[in-house]
Amino acid sequence: MSGGVRESPAPRTIFEKVWAAHVVRPETADTPAVLYVDLHLVHEVTSPQAFAELRGRGLRVRRPERTLATMDHSTPTLPRRPDGTWPFVDAQAEAQVRQMERNAADFGVELHGLGDDAQGVVHVFGPERGATQPGMTVVCGDSHTATHGAFGALAFGIGTSEVGHVLATQCLLQRRPRTLAVRVDGRLAPGVSAKDLILAIIARIGVGGGTGHVVEYLGPAVRALSMEARMTLCNMSIEGGARAGMVAPDDTTFQWLAGRPRAPKGAAWDAALDRWRSLPTDEGARYDREVSIDASALAPMVTFGTNPSQGIPVDARVPDPAAERDPQARATLEAALRYMGLAPGQPILGQRVDAVFVGSCTNGRLEDLRAAASVLRGRKVKVRTLVVPGSQAVKRAAEAEGLDRVVMESGAEWREPGCSMCIAMNGDDLRPGQYCVSTSNRNFEGRQGPGGRTLLASPLTAAAAAVAGAVADPRALLGDR
Amino acid sequence: MEPIRIIESRTVVLPRENVDTDQIIPARFLKTTEKQGLGKALFSDWRYDGEGRPRPDFVLNRPEAEGCAVLVAGDNFGCGSSREHAPWALVDHGFRAVVSTRIADIFRNNSLKNGLVPVVLEAAAYAKLAAAPGEKVRIDLGAQTIALPDGSTASFPIDAFAKYCLMNGVDELGFLLSQEEHIAAFERSRG
Repeated sequence: MSGGVRESPAPRTIFEKVWAAHVVRPETADTPAVLYVDLHLVHEVTSPQAFAELRGRGLRVRRPERTLATMDHSTPTLPRRPDGTWPFVDAQAEAQVRQMERNAADFGVELHGLGDDAQGVVHVFGPERGATQPGMTVVCGDSHTATHGAFGALAFGIGTSEVGHVLATQCLLQRRPRTLAVRVDGRLAPGVSAKDLILAIIARIGVGGGTGHVVEYLGPAVRALSMEARMTLCNMSIEGGARAGMVAPDDTTFQWLAGRPRAPKGAAWDAALDRWRSLPTDEGARYDREVSIDASALAPMVTFGTNPSQGIPVDARVPDPAAERDPQARATLEAALRYMGLAPGQPILGQRVDAVFVGSCTNGRLEDLRAAASVLRGRKVKVRTLVVPGSQAVKRAAEAEGLDRVVMESGAEWREPGCSMCIAMNGDDLRPGQYCVSTSNRNFEGRQGPGGRTLLASPLTAAAAAVAGAVADPRALLGDR
Repeated sequence: MEPIRIIESRTVVLPRENVDTDQIIPARFLKTTEKQGLGKALFSDWRYDGEGRPRPDFVLNRPEAEGCAVLVAGDNFGCGSSREHAPWALVDHGFRAVVSTRIADIFRNNSLKNGLVPVVLEAAAYAKLAAAPGEKVRIDLGAQTIALPDGSTASFPIDAFAKYCLMNGVDELGFLLSQEEHIAAFERSRG
C-alpha cells in the first residue's frame, strides 16, 4: 500500500450482513427497500387469496424453485380412513387443502401435502428439507417464520398480500428494522429448556417489547443449544413483538444441515461453508438495543395469563393485580386472571388441568418428543394428552426410537403431524373452560378453542402435567431416575 | 383500492391492551379461501356467546357503534399472527382506521394494503380519545393529523410510500412489478 492505512469496513451485525446482501434497490425517504427473498414457504391457510390475485392479474410464480409448499393448519391429525378419505373437520377445511393442491399444480410449486412422506408443520418441514440455510432471506405467510432465524437466516412472517408480492416478484418492500441483542450468559440447568428461556425473555421484554426489531440471540447459553432448541428460541420472537430472531450459524448448524435434501453438496457445500462462516456479527458491531439474561438463574416457566409475556417460574405464585400501580397494567392482569379463572397469589403448581398438548412449530421436533417421552416412560397420564409430531420425518424418527410406544403406553394419543391444538382449526380443540398445558406458542383467549385456557410450557413441563393431572415441576420427576 | 384522504367518523373505543389477531378473528374462520364477508366473524368470541347470540355488553354490539369507521384500541393492537383476515374483517365491518399507542408490525403492514389506516398516537393524545368514546374525529392522511374531540390536533407517523399508495388507491404489487429490470439484474449479479 502506498499511502496510509486503509480503514477496515465498519463492523456489522449478522442482520446487517444478510439485509445488505438482499437489497435489490436501497430504501429512500420515499420508498422502502426492494428486498430479495431466497426461500418462500407456503401453506394452505394464508396463500389461496394470493394465488387468486395472481390468476386475476394473469401473473405466474416468478421463481417456483424458490417456493416450497406444505399443509399443516387445516389438516386432520387422525389417520386416513380405511376408505382412503381424510377425516377433515369440515368441508371448508377439505376445500382449502384441495385449493392448495390445485394452486401448486397450476403454478408449478413443489408441494408436500397430505399423504406425502415429507409433509409437516411448515416451520419444522422447511429446515428438515435443508431448504432453510444460513444467510438466506426466508418468508412465509405465518408469523412463526421467525423459527428459521435459528440458522442465521433473516426470516419473518408476512400477510397474504405480501405472499402475492413474493410469488409474483420474489421481492418485498421493506423498511429496515432496528436490532435488539439478547445476550444469554450462563447455562440452562437440568429440566430447563429453550422454551423456558424464551418465555423468560418475553416476560422480561414484554409482549410488544420487540416491535420494530430483529432480535439476535447470542452468548454462551445460546451457543450451547442444539438446532432444535435454537428453533424453539427463535420461533417465539414474534411473541415479544419482534418479526425475526436470529442465531449466528456455527458447527452445530452446519452438522445439522449436512446431507439434507436441499442442502448444497460437494464443492458447493464447501463454498457455502466459506460464505456461512463469514456471517456471524463482527467484533464491535452495534445494536440499537441490548438486553441480557442469566440462563443459570432460570427455572421451568409456565404462563398464567392470556399473552405469552404473562409467564412465571413453575414454583412461583400467580401475580396479584393489586400490586400493580399502573391502572392499565392492573386492568390487563385482572382481565387475564378473570379469563383464566385463576386467583391472585395462588401457586401455579397444583393447578388442575384438563388436557395436555405436545407439538407445534415451537416444540414438535424429535428432541421435544424425546423430552416428553422421558417423563411419560413407565407412567400413566391422568388427562387427555395429545402428542403430535411436527412432521412425517419427525414421526418416523420418533417411531424408530419407540417413542410412539412410550406415548401410547402412558395413555396419551400419538397423532399424525400438523398444527393441531396449537391453533385448533382442524377439530383438535378444548371445550370452554378447560385448562391445557401446551407446548405451543400462544395462550391468547380461545386460541385452543372458544373459552379454552392455555398454559404455555416446555415439553418436559407439559408431560409432567399430564402424569400429575395438574401443573407440576418436571425437575422433581427427573430426579426419580 | 379506493383512495383515502380524509376519514371523518365517530369512534368505537376498545380500551384493552394487546388485542391479538385471534380476538380480531378466531382461527376457525381462516378456512375460507376468500377475502370477502369476514366482517361477521370480527371479534366473534367477544361479540357473541356460545350460542351465537350478541353479547349486549360488548362495545361493537351497542347501537352507538353502528356506522363508526374509527376503532380506538389499547396498546400493542394486532399482536400475534400474520393473518391478513384481521384487517379484512375490520374493513368488511366498516372500519377505515385503527388508533392505538402501538400497533404490531405485521398487522400494520397488512392494514396498509387493505385501506385500513394505522394511526399511532402519543399516550396523551390517545388518552383524550379513549376518554371520549363515540365522539367524532377527523383523520387527515395527507397532513398526518387527527383532530381530537377537545378541539386539539395530534400528528401521527406513517411510511411515505404507504401513504402515497393509500392516498392514490395504488397497490404495492404494481410498483414491485415495475422493478422487474432491477430484480433480474440482481439475480444475474448473484450468478
